[in-house]
Amino acid sequence: MSAYMKIFISFFKIGLFTFGGGYAMMPLFRQELIEKRHYITETEMLDYYSLGQCTPGIIAVNVATFTSYKIKGLGGACVATLAIVFPSLVIIMLLAGMLNIMADNEVVAHAFAGIRLGVIALIINEVVKLLKKTVLTEYHLFVFVSVLLLLLFFNFSAVTAVMIAAGIGVSKYFKERRL
Amino acid sequence: MLCLLFYEFFKIGLFAIGGGMVTIPFLFDLTKKYDWFTAQELTEMIAVSQSTPGPVGVNMATYAGFQTAGVIGGIVATFGLVLPSIVIVVMVSKLLKCWAKNACVCEIMSAIRPAVAALVLQAGVLLFQLSVTNYLAIIFVISLFLMIYFFQKSPIFYILLSAIMGILLQL
Repeated sequence: MSAYMKIFISFFKIGLFTFGGGYAMMPLFRQELIEKRHYITETEMLDYYSLGQCTPGIIAVNVATFTSYKIKGLGGACVATLAIVFPSLVIIMLLAGMLNIMADNEVVAHAFAGIRLGVIALIINEVVKLLKKTVLTEYHLFVFVSVLLLLLFFNFSAVTAVMIAAGIGVSKYFKERRL
Repeated sequence: MLCLLFYEFFKIGLFAIGGGMVTIPFLFDLTKKYDWFTAQELTEMIAVSQSTPGPVGVNMATYAGFQTAGVIGGIVATFGLVLPSIVIVVMVSKLLKCWAKNACVCEIMSAIRPAVAALVLQAGVLLFQLSVTNYLAIIFVISLFLMIYFFQKSPIFYILLSAIMGILLQL
């Protein structure tokens, strides 16, 4: 199988099984691109998320493009982006007429309620993994806790939160250089 | 019409910084500017986009384009939306290669990584507030988390399992 085909299949799967937004995608992303294919490292994934948050566009698409550009350049980036939007295109257009009827169907509604809860459990597991990886010192714990408080209790936007963390990094850099 | 559709969604892709939900206010502006779809239809689109597979922002673009101009409309709107991403991300990737060894950049990235963990947790908390409405749901989330934590199977397995359990338990 050619490298492009592999990229297409990986991102197609991610697009097909993501329910919600970019962050709900992270567990699938980890499984498919880090653990199975070893395309990128966990650190790289986190960097792509922080950059994908601050660059224009949908986070899921941005992260997919960053990753696939790293794997296979511009061609890879185009293939991955096509692959990740492909399930959406097909499913939405096939179902557009029936979507409202489906949403009223009780069995479908229960299945989706189950999926939403499943995604929460997957996200919690993801946070545990990320904390093990990123919070290495008290300084990192400080960044995590302060950003979390700003997000949850002061309604800071994600972009502002990333900028503040970047600011903390810059000030640490200059403080250590002076010492 | 198709050109206009492409132009409007290209603009959304270019200016919506921060992901799928950020595109909503832009889509509301479209309901005022054109008669492509109404605000009422948009609310339905948001609900549908959140419960069908795929990133929410992409789903909404496809749905809105499809409502406006059929299959070609759906394709044009989606490509308009992702095109700015591809161009900008490729440029940033190139810059990143040059700067990756810079000590200040490394320090910044190291500080942002725990912040991304906080963003993921926030996404979980928001979803929890929206979907966990009774004790059964809390028990389900906790037991599923323990399963995931101790038997690290594929996320796809757990998503299918939750769909089946949702039907069986009438969640």
